[in-house]
Amino acid sequence: MEHEITLVVNGAARRVRVPARRLLSDCLRHDLGLTGTHVGCEHGVCGCCTVLLDGEPVRSCLTFAVTVDGREITTVEGLAGPDGLSPVQRAFAECHGLQCGFCTPGFLCTVTAFLEANPVPTEEEVLEGISGNLCRCTGYQNIVKAVHRAAELMAEEA
Amino acid sequence: MKPPPFTYHAPRDLATALRTLQEVGAGGAGGKVLAGGQSLIPMLNMRLVAPAHLVDINRVAGLGGIGREPGGVRVGALARHAEAERSGAHPLLTRALKLVAHPVIRNRGTVVGSLVHADPAAELPAVLAVLGGSVRVARWQDGAAVERDIPAAAFFTGPMESAVLPGELAVSAWFPSLAPGAGCAFVEVSRRHGDYALAGVCAVVGPAGAARVACVGVGPVPVVVDVSAHAPDWAAAARAVREETEPDDDIHATAAYRRHLVGVLAERALREAAQEAENRGA
Repeated sequence: MEHEITLVVNGAARRVRVPARRLLSDCLRHDLGLTGTHVGCEHGVCGCCTVLLDGEPVRSCLTFAVTVDGREITTVEGLAGPDGLSPVQRAFAECHGLQCGFCTPGFLCTVTAFLEANPVPTEEEVLEGISGNLCRCTGYQNIVKAVHRAAELMAEEA
Repeated sequence: MKPPPFTYHAPRDLATALRTLQEVGAGGAGGKVLAGGQSLIPMLNMRLVAPAHLVDINRVAGLGGIGREPGGVRVGALARHAEAERSGAHPLLTRALKLVAHPVIRNRGTVVGSLVHADPAAELPAVLAVLGGSVRVARWQDGAAVERDIPAAAFFTGPMESAVLPGELAVSAWFPSLAPGAGCAFVEVSRRHGDYALAGVCAVVGPAGAARVACVGVGPVPVVVDVSAHAPDWAAAARAVREETEPDDDIHATAAYRRHLVGVLAERALREAAQEAENRGA
């Protein structure tokens, strides 16, 4: 049996028919064509599929699309503003916070929400904040730098 | 890595949820409750479980919230880990929650869900057990919701098994306050930050030498040991704790290592809790 649901994705209401077992990650990628959300492990370990649900980061592979009917989702496609990349995105580019880019959408969503809740994080808080996201390329050092840099950029532009 | 098909139910009130659970629970095909889904959905994705029905309680009114009451804290079935952690309503619960998975998982996962999931390596069952808390479950009977409270000592019946019966819904959990002047601690060792612990110990050291620990990862259910008789010889208490545990070998650690570890952690947790109790008394 299929369910008709409405998701407000990156500000636009999208109606979609899905079976109950459709993961939010697959709904975004397959039904809505938003392939920026990546799927790594599909059991909540890698963090690649992290999106914002009403502004809060969640694993889209551990959420059913039907459960979040009517709610607001922000994916990596929705992070940039009309003036271009967001401060977090620019900081990742500037600090070489990515190589292959597979984990990047999850990191960007996680860090965007993290800095909103904690605009001046300590080193330890940054490590805890990104502890649920795996990156196999960078060794994390440049990602940590990028988080601090993004905090600076956000403070400058506030 | 996709969940098997199931019939989806999304009740909006408790009565409908309980009636639905009774209908699907009685059929033998099996119904599961979906709250945060941070344990259930991985198990579905890996096809470790295949319930015929899923009852999603996320829209049920009145199941959320964290209530500070005289004598303790009541946590509703839809209260997320992150919400309970931020509320700081109970010191031991707050400490344990910082050890549960990662911040993003804690945004969805629920405290009551974690108790019902009853993973012997999880932190929250140990917290409920060491505090002597309880879980309130409800079922539909003769046209009304009937509730019962299950004490922690009877709630965890085996690895991933709780005393919640088919057709019942866990609606809240009760975490009794620490006695005035008591201290608490939760320490664990895991391979990677945020992983399930190889072993862990939470301790409550009360005023006047009362001391209890609950251990995770070293038995089929949280292992609760009253070590008041040994206080304040925490090394002797740790030896007593070690003897009460029956850890298993697995790919992460041998039983012998876990047994060693639980003693080290018990001593550390008891010292830390005793220090906190002393600081409070001072």
